Amino acid sequence: MPYLPHTKRDIAQMLDAIGVASIDELVRVPAAVALRAKPEIVAALPESEIVRRFEEFAGSDRATTMASFLGAGAYRHYCPPAIMALAMRGEFLTSYTPYQAEVSQGYLQAIYEWQTYICLLTGLDIADASVYDGATALAEGAIMALAATNRKKILVSRAVHPNYRAVLKTYCDGLDVAIDEVPLLPGGMTDPQALRDALSRGSYAAVALQSPNFFGIVETVPEDVRDAFKRSGTVPIAVVAEALALAAFPTPASWGAQICVGEAQSFGVALAYGGPYVGFIACTSDHLRRIPGRLVGRTVDRNGKEAYVLTLQAREQHIRRERATSNICTNQAHCALIATIYLALMGASGLRNCAAQNVKRAHELVKRVSAIPGCRLQFEAPFFNEFVLNVGSSAADVLKALQKRGILGGLDLGRFYHEMSDCILMTATEMTTSKDIDALCAALQEVVRVPASL
Amino acid sequence: MYQPRSERIPLIFEQGQPGRANRYLPSDAQLSDYLPAENLRAELPLPESTELDVVRHYTRLSQRTFGIDTGFYPLGSCTMKYNPRVNDAVANLPGLRDLHPFAPDELSQGALRIMYELERSLASLFGMAAFSLNPAAGAHAELAALLIAKKYFSDRGELNRQTVIVPDTAHGTNPASASMAGFRVVSLKSDERGRVGVDTLRAVLGDDTAVCMMTNPNTLGLFEDHIAEIARAVHDAGGLMYYDGANANALMGIARPGDMGFDLMHLNLHKTFTIPHGGGGAGAGPLGVAEHLVEYLPTPVVRAIAKDGSTANEDSRTYWLDFDVPKSIGPMRSFWSNFAHIVRALAYLYANGLEGLTDVSRLAVLNANYVRVKVAPFLETPYPEICQHEFVASAQELKKQSGVRAVDIAKALLDRGFHAPTMYFPLIVPECLMIEPTETESKETLDQFIAALEDVVATAKRDPQQILDAPQRTVVARVDETRAARQPDLRWRAPAGVT
Repeated sequence: MPYLPHTKRDIAQMLDAIGVASIDELVRVPAAVALRAKPEIVAALPESEIVRRFEEFAGSDRATTMASFLGAGAYRHYCPPAIMALAMRGEFLTSYTPYQAEVSQGYLQAIYEWQTYICLLTGLDIADASVYDGATALAEGAIMALAATNRKKILVSRAVHPNYRAVLKTYCDGLDVAIDEVPLLPGGMTDPQALRDALSRGSYAAVALQSPNFFGIVETVPEDVRDAFKRSGTVPIAVVAEALALAAFPTPASWGAQICVGEAQSFGVALAYGGPYVGFIACTSDHLRRIPGRLVGRTVDRNGKEAYVLTLQAREQHIRRERATSNICTNQAHCALIATIYLALMGASGLRNCAAQNVKRAHELVKRVSAIPGCRLQFEAPFFNEFVLNVGSSAADVLKALQKRGILGGLDLGRFYHEMSDCILMTATEMTTSKDIDALCAALQEVVRVPASL
Repeated sequence: MYQPRSERIPLIFEQGQPGRANRYLPSDAQLSDYLPAENLRAELPLPESTELDVVRHYTRLSQRTFGIDTGFYPLGSCTMKYNPRVNDAVANLPGLRDLHPFAPDELSQGALRIMYELERSLASLFGMAAFSLNPAAGAHAELAALLIAKKYFSDRGELNRQTVIVPDTAHGTNPASASMAGFRVVSLKSDERGRVGVDTLRAVLGDDTAVCMMTNPNTLGLFEDHIAEIARAVHDAGGLMYYDGANANALMGIARPGDMGFDLMHLNLHKTFTIPHGGGGAGAGPLGVAEHLVEYLPTPVVRAIAKDGSTANEDSRTYWLDFDVPKSIGPMRSFWSNFAHIVRALAYLYANGLEGLTDVSRLAVLNANYVRVKVAPFLETPYPEICQHEFVASAQELKKQSGVRAVDIAKALLDRGFHAPTMYFPLIVPECLMIEPTETESKETLDQFIAALEDVVATAKRDPQQILDAPQRTVVARVDETRAARQPDLRWRAPAGVT
C-alpha cells in the first residue's frame, strides 16, 4: 500500500509489544455499530495511473483553453514562478498552525509580514492572519460590528458582490440578524441619498460598501455620507473583491471605513475553480478584541531576542469556546503566504504598474466592444478592470453563442440582477491579449442583434 | 534537525530599495492616463526588492519552520501524516488550476466530475446520504451543520430546540460554532472512563435539545462504546446527532458515523485525506448528512445525469452545479469549494482504494497503541486501555516530583528534533500531552521518538532545570507570550521620519 511503511515483521513486533495477537483486537467496535454495508470506493490505482486520470479530467475542462473575460470576484493575474518555488517548499507546505513558536519563527514572521501588507494596503491599524475568503470575511466583519454596537441589523449595498451578500445572509439567519439593502443609482453606484436615509431611520450595526463595486465602478463616499456613519453610530465596512485595486485607489481608511474585509486571491493565488482563496480582515485598533481568527505578534524570547508568536488567543475558540469572537480555527495561511510573496516580488511600483495594466486593458476593451452595433456601456463611471456591457438582448444567449466560438465573454448579470438580463459583466486584466480582444469583437459582431431602428 | 544561522532576519519591509523592482509586466501605461487623478491613491508604501532578495528571504524563513517534511509531528487530533507530492502535482494541472469558478458547467466537466466522485465516495465511506464540499474547514462545516439543524427544526415548528450538547472533551470549535449559529451550549462531563455516560446525557436531554455534538473516537483517543445508545437517546428526545470528524483517521473501512446514528458530520480533508496543512490552512471540511437533511445542504450542489437519464454510467454522465435548492441554508462561501484540495483528496482516495484506506486506519491505531504501551512505563497514561489513533499522557506526577510540566516536555522535544504533542487538551486531563503518531511513520521513527521522550522524562527527574530551560537549540528560546498579549505588536511600522 502507498505511504505505509510497515513490514510484516514490524507489525508482529509492535503487536507483541502491545500484547495483542492481531490488529483486529485493536480496532474492534461494538456489534451495534459495525459496518452495515461495505463502502463502495474505486479500486486502488498506481501513481502513474492516477496522474493519467487527472490529466483526462483536466483535459475536459475546456474552459481553461479559451479566451476569457470572466472576473466577478475571481481574477486571472500573472503569477511570477518564484512564488510557487518558494511557497511549495515542504517546510511551509507541511507545517501545522505555528503554535510551537520556537520552531515556527519563519512562518510566523511571514504572517506578520502579511498582516503588515494588509494594513499598508487598507490604511487600517491591524489585520488578522486570514479568514476563508471574501464572502466569509464580510460575514465575520459584520459579526464584529454586531458585537461592537449591540445592534441586530446590517445594511449592505446592492452593489456588493451577490455571493458575498448571500453568504452574509446565511450567517445572519443563524443569528436572527436582519439585512437591508441599499438600492443602486441608475449609474450603477450605491444611492447615497437612500444610504443616508436608511442610516438616519434604522439603527444598523454596520453598513457594507464595495469599491470597485460588483460592476467594476469606483465608488466614492461623499462627505455627507461619512457624517451619516458617525451620527448613526454605524460601523462602516469596506468590501474589496479585487485586492489589486487597493494599489490604485485611496485606502478604505481614508473614507472612514473602520473595518475592511476582502479577497486577496488576485495576489498570486490560482483560480482553481473557486478555492482555496484568502480572505482578509483589517480594522481600526478600537476593534482589536473583536477581530476573529489568529493574530501573530512580535515579542521577545527569554533572552530578550526578537521573536514572533500567535497572540491574543483569549479571543479564540480553543480558549474561550462558546464565548469566542468566531469559531474559525483552520484559516488560509498558505494562501496568505502566497499573497505575501507576490507582494514582495511585485513591490510598490510593480503592483501599481500591474493595476495600470489592468485599467489600460479594460479601457481598450470597453472602447472596442462598446463600438459594436447593438452593444453599449451600461454605466458611465470610472471603473477599474471590469465593466457592464449591455448587449440589447438576452446576455445568456449571447454568451452561449460566444462560447461556441471559443470565447468566455463574461458573466450574465441576469443571474444576480433580474433587471440586467441583457447585461454582461466583462473583465480584462494584464493577461488579456489584443488577440483575445480581436476575437471577442469579431464574435460579438456576429452574435449581437442590431436593433431594427439603426 | 538542520539549524540555520540564528541571527535576526530583517522584515521584508526593512529590506530593498525604491527602484529595485522586478519587471514582470509591460510598463506602458499610467493609472492617470485613464482615471481622474482625484480618484487615485497618492502613495503606496510597499518595499521593492529584487527577485533574488525575495527568494533568499522566504527560503531563509522556510528554514526556520518545522514541517512534516522536516520531522516527526506527533500532534494529537491534527493527523500530521505524510502529504504525497502527487496530490500537489495533479492539483497543479492547468486544466484544474486555471479554471474560473464562473466557467460554464459544460466546459468544466472534469472539475465537476472530480467533485461528484469525491462526494459519492465520502458518502459511501462514512455511511451518509450526501456530502457538501462547500465548507472551507471543519469549523466552517460545523457552523453549516448547525444552521441546517436550526432550519430543520424551524421547518418542523420546533422553535424550542435551542440547546446544543457538547462533551467536555470536545474541540473548542464545537461550542464556538453552536454560539455562532445562535444556540445555547450545555457542556457534558465525561465519566471516569473518559466517555460520555448515557445517564449523564439523559439528564440534560429534553424538548429544548437541538443537537448533540460528538467526536468518536473522542479526543482522549477512546471509542465511545455506548454510541448506539447515545444516538438512540438523543433521537428519542427529538434531537440530532453531529459527528466531529477530526478523528476519522481511526475509522475508515472499520465503522461509519452513519451506521452509528449520526445525522450530520464533517471531515477534515487536511487531516484524514493528506491535504497539506500549509501552516494552518487552507483546509477543506466536507459536510455529510443523512437522508432527512439532504435538501438543506449548502448551495451549490453538484449533480449528475447520464444521457439516458440514469446516473449509472460514469462516462456518459453530465455534471452541473445546482443553485436552485429551495430549502438550502444557502452558500457558506464565495465559491463552490476549496477545489484544489478536493483534487488532492480524490487523488489520495485513488491511491488507496477501500483496502488501502482500511489499512490506513488499522495501522494508525497500531502505531498509537505501540507508542502508548512504550510510553506508559515512564509517563502516566490516565486511560490505560486500548486506544484508537491517538492517546493522552499526563505529566501530572512528573510535575509533582520535579516541577517539570507538559509544556516543558514539549519544548525539550523540540530540542531533540521532534515536534511537540498537543498540550493541555483535552481540558479534563491535567498536564495533558496528546499524541497521534499517524500511520505513515515507521517503527524506527516511533522508537526514536519514544527514546527522546524517555530521555526528557529521565533528565527532568535528574536535572529538571535542563528541561525548564528548553529549548536551547532552536533559533529563539521560549517566547514571552505575556508580553505579546499585553503590548500587542501586530504589524511593522515605518520608523518615524522615514516614508
